[in-house]
Amino acid sequence: MHSDRASFGLRFAAVTGLLFLHLPILIIFLYAFTTEEKSYAFPPPGLTTEWFAVAWNRADIWPPLYLSLWVATVSTLLAMILGTLVSAAMAQTRFFGREQISLLILLPIALPGVITGMSLRSAFSIMDIPFSTLTIILGHATFCIVIVYNNAVARFRRLSGGILEASADLGANSFQTFRHVLLPNLGSALLAGGMLAFALSFDEVIVTTFTAGQQSTLPIWMLQELVRPRQRPVTNVVAIVVFVTTFIPILIAYYLTRNGSETAGAGK
Amino acid sequence: MTAPAILPSRGIADRLTALFWRYPRVLLALLLTPPLLWLGVVYLGSLAALLLQSFYSIDEFSGMVKEEFTLKTYGELLRAQNLDIILRTLLMSAAVTVGCALIAFPVAYYAARFARGRWKAVFYLGVMLPLWSSYLVKVYAWKLILAKEGIITWAADALHLSMVLNAVLAIPGIGGNSLSTSWIGTFLVFVYIWLPYMILPMQAALERVPTSMLEASADLGASRSQTFRTVIFPLAMPGIIAGSIFTFSLTMGDYIIPQIVGTSARFIGLAVYQLQGTAGNIPLAAAFAVVPIVIMLIYLTIAKRQGAFDAL
Repeated sequence: MHSDRASFGLRFAAVTGLLFLHLPILIIFLYAFTTEEKSYAFPPPGLTTEWFAVAWNRADIWPPLYLSLWVATVSTLLAMILGTLVSAAMAQTRFFGREQISLLILLPIALPGVITGMSLRSAFSIMDIPFSTLTIILGHATFCIVIVYNNAVARFRRLSGGILEASADLGANSFQTFRHVLLPNLGSALLAGGMLAFALSFDEVIVTTFTAGQQSTLPIWMLQELVRPRQRPVTNVVAIVVFVTTFIPILIAYYLTRNGSETAGAGK
Repeated sequence: MTAPAILPSRGIADRLTALFWRYPRVLLALLLTPPLLWLGVVYLGSLAALLLQSFYSIDEFSGMVKEEFTLKTYGELLRAQNLDIILRTLLMSAAVTVGCALIAFPVAYYAARFARGRWKAVFYLGVMLPLWSSYLVKVYAWKLILAKEGIITWAADALHLSMVLNAVLAIPGIGGNSLSTSWIGTFLVFVYIWLPYMILPMQAALERVPTSMLEASADLGASRSQTFRTVIFPLAMPGIIAGSIFTFSLTMGDYIIPQIVGTSARFIGLAVYQLQGTAGNIPLAAAFAVVPIVIMLIYLTIAKRQGAFDAL
């Protein structure tokens, strides 16, 4: 039987699946307000907001936060430049080795993070590059490229080649076409890619543990607290900060790419 | 010198444009050089460094790395304890992939076929937000849920189901002291964390199934389950394979989840991490790291043949 209505079983399974994805995250918010410092007791014996003040005054949280923000910003900018270039090349032309290049871009996220991390660490130690902010950024930018690339290449595909030709026919040179035609049309997709890359970098922990020296990013700080907890609710407060810092760019990215109808030449 | 342009050239930008027009390859090369240099040097270079290290060995007496080519380190992978780690990792990755596929299907199918308007957005954001929200925060949330004094224990008590929970935990091989120190716990967290990676490509593949095919199937007298088996499922397959690339690969390399939730048994990721860190046995760590690379390259080759890349 073909029908346009979902069966109850399917609807139930789909909604349960969605709830399964969301409920655990809410737990974090609840535990940030618990009065119980040592255990994971549920339900919390009482609620308090004091942990936000405690977290604010903990000096060991601020340097990792600044480092994470800095690394994410620089990695995102690098990934945006490299990702845009490669998507422009891949979108407009067919050439030898094209397939291999798309595999190469995909590889840093298709292979487990521990491989990327371990490889970079081997390379840095062979070349005697000291572990620093720079080495963290090198790793982050590498796996952020694919995010920008995916967003940009999707927009390129919807963009009709006709408007570029029209621009050339009207006497614009490549740079003018880029500035006045391509960039306005790609803009929101690039920004969305950048936002997602930022969120990814801000949250990354596996590659970072291999490429960081003594300094720690916020996720590394959190991991240390998870393995050897000091004040559990403070970890939850930081978890909320991490969550919000990645959540906002993702929402922005969603609204930027929600409907592609504003892309010129989309209808062909 | 060259053929006269219709418009007079207004400077370097115009001359470059003319060059790009006559030789499109120049533009292509200019566009590709920086990203390829980056990926080629930083990424492939690093992979090469890793591969190189895996052919070194460690001197058993001094603990120093001997920079001579040998297959001895790869031989060590075949030791019982190391084989155990590899096997355990592969089993877990396969189980997680199947688990993800089972839970993902209804969500993806509903989102692709039935969700309209507002619900479409709810489903899209509902999958995207957990996908992108902090990995560590999510793992941590599960620690709170699964811990001995945590939410599941409390819920089981409240529903008078503690017997069931204890019975599940008593199952040898997968049970344990509490959910947070058992295989079940590790499995659950893996499935939860990678689930969106399965839903999205699956949904993309299902969205491409034309309704007319389902109508044709119904017109030809197929039952719901026949349509599912012979039309929907085969067409969803590339999406499932695409999703499995991520669920399989990410499980294989992860070392944070088994460290926080689960038994103390090691996975490839944790073995790599400990060998290169505390143990200082970089050649063996590198050899371990090559295992997922080889598996993933084979996996990607098969996936490509199945057309899974179009669903990514």
